[in-house]
Amino acid sequence: MTKKIIGLLLFLIAVFVVAPWLIAATGRTDLYYVFTSVALLSIASAGVWLTFYIGRINIGQGAYALMGGYVSAILVMYYGWSFWWTLPVAGIFCAVASILIGVPILRLRGVYFAMVTLILTEVMRLLALAVPITNGAKGITSIPLPGPISLFGLALAPDFATLENPRIAFYYLSVVLMTVCFALMYRLVHSRIGHICLSLQQNEELASSIGVNIAALRVMAYAISSFLGGLAGAVFIGATQSIYPSSFTVTDSVNFMLNCFLGGLGYVFGPMLGTLVLYLGWNLLFSMEKYQLLIYSTAMIVLMLVLPNGLLSLGAKRKG
Amino acid sequence: MAQILEVKGLTKRFGGLIAVNDVSFGVNEREILSVIGPNGAGKSTLFKLISSFLKPTSGEVTFKGERISNQAPHIAARKGVVRTFQETTIFRNMSVRDNVIVAHQLRAKASLLGFFLGSAEARRDEARFAGSADEILSFLGLDAIGGELARNLPHGHLRALGIAIGLATNPTVLLLDEPFAGMNHDETMKAVAMVRKLRERGLTVLLVEHDMPAVMKISDRIVVLNFGEKIAEGTPSEIQNNQRVIEAYLGVEDEAIGL
Repeated sequence: MTKKIIGLLLFLIAVFVVAPWLIAATGRTDLYYVFTSVALLSIASAGVWLTFYIGRINIGQGAYALMGGYVSAILVMYYGWSFWWTLPVAGIFCAVASILIGVPILRLRGVYFAMVTLILTEVMRLLALAVPITNGAKGITSIPLPGPISLFGLALAPDFATLENPRIAFYYLSVVLMTVCFALMYRLVHSRIGHICLSLQQNEELASSIGVNIAALRVMAYAISSFLGGLAGAVFIGATQSIYPSSFTVTDSVNFMLNCFLGGLGYVFGPMLGTLVLYLGWNLLFSMEKYQLLIYSTAMIVLMLVLPNGLLSLGAKRKG
Repeated sequence: MAQILEVKGLTKRFGGLIAVNDVSFGVNEREILSVIGPNGAGKSTLFKLISSFLKPTSGEVTFKGERISNQAPHIAARKGVVRTFQETTIFRNMSVRDNVIVAHQLRAKASLLGFFLGSAEARRDEARFAGSADEILSFLGLDAIGGELARNLPHGHLRALGIAIGLATNPTVLLLDEPFAGMNHDETMKAVAMVRKLRERGLTVLLVEHDMPAVMKISDRIVVLNFGEKIAEGTPSEIQNNQRVIEAYLGVEDEAIGL
């Protein structure tokens, strides 16, 4: 127990004290954007991870990130909503959409489900190109920065537009959201619900024979997953102040999945670590220019061969 | 004895093939009833129809007067009719004890949200499940290996684990899928004793089985299927002397049906 508390404290210190201090000390304020991205992408990856946990390969998270982004952008730009209110609405919109989509497709297993979800991202991109409200390929740009928000008279966030560097504010917003999402996820997985999800992953027939409503549980997990995708997408669009049909593509969907693989499918914090390593790794290899993709993919293949259970399995092995 | 489970005119067609054809029989409370028949007689299909893993083409299965066929498997399980599987169907990457604990889902009083928030009700459930799992494991002689990963178990223990998972749901009727398959004589005798103990717990047992001597020894009544149709029903001695049953098994040595 104390070990967990120490781990949590170290994590909070690293995220809220050390990282901002390092950035200030080195003067690399551009890193705020990098870490904001990592935090938001790891939230979306956590959703993908949950669908892995019930035994489904999900390569469609980009669709929900894009959907959530558009919901937020449209509500802010055309309906004058506060950015803050669009966040839960974007998440819930995606969750409801995923229930409608999930009921028929979650019956599929293995590669068939994976293929359908992969196509889903492309469908969403084409949809964003086609419907009038998304403004086609030109996208929605110059989205205003979030205004102030207060709860019961307590100011939670200032007006981002008045800040000297709104990126710092987005950094804090993203890591707070990431911390909350992963804390809830940890609770979910370590409660009985997590055990039932695991039973689903290991044998659906047996799970239904012991009275688990497997269809309902699958849809529930997928809805939570898509909620996280939509939420992350909405904040991401807020931070970049613009959205295009290509803001989240099939590549992003694949990356969300790879983040989970890399971190470890058996560990709640796998997607967080995976996102960090993959995102930074890709950026560090930028100086390799034309060899960037080659080195990156070779490293991925080697890592998967050497560590099939993800980076976090290193620590677990040492313990056992 | 009161009739608890009733199979009425059950028929299952797969395309042009009639796997189960108009089969009817009843199961009494706390009875051990076996369904036997040559390979391809429709035993497994019948088994899946009763546990709602398949939907019948026509006919129905009722449990205490309520229809349980033509539904989802978890509905039949909720009403108290639970099947076990052959040995490979377990939660492979969980410990033996966790396999049994998770199988207590039907006994949960707390909601999923309650489990997420860790409500008092949920904590009581967890404690109850752990206690009950330990009781079931010791009942089946698995208590010493509760911490083992299920995928590492030898065959005999796997079969027992399957039954432990079934018991955790607190069933009224337990359907056993070939509980003696692949066992040697000693193992079969142990398993026969175990099925009798299930009845002593108050369960009604319906089993599908190939092993004739074991079936003759254990069953109160036997239903014989051949080519999807019921050709006989009765006590073991009635079945042994039934001319149609002997014909169905023609080519099989007499001792194979326990004569």
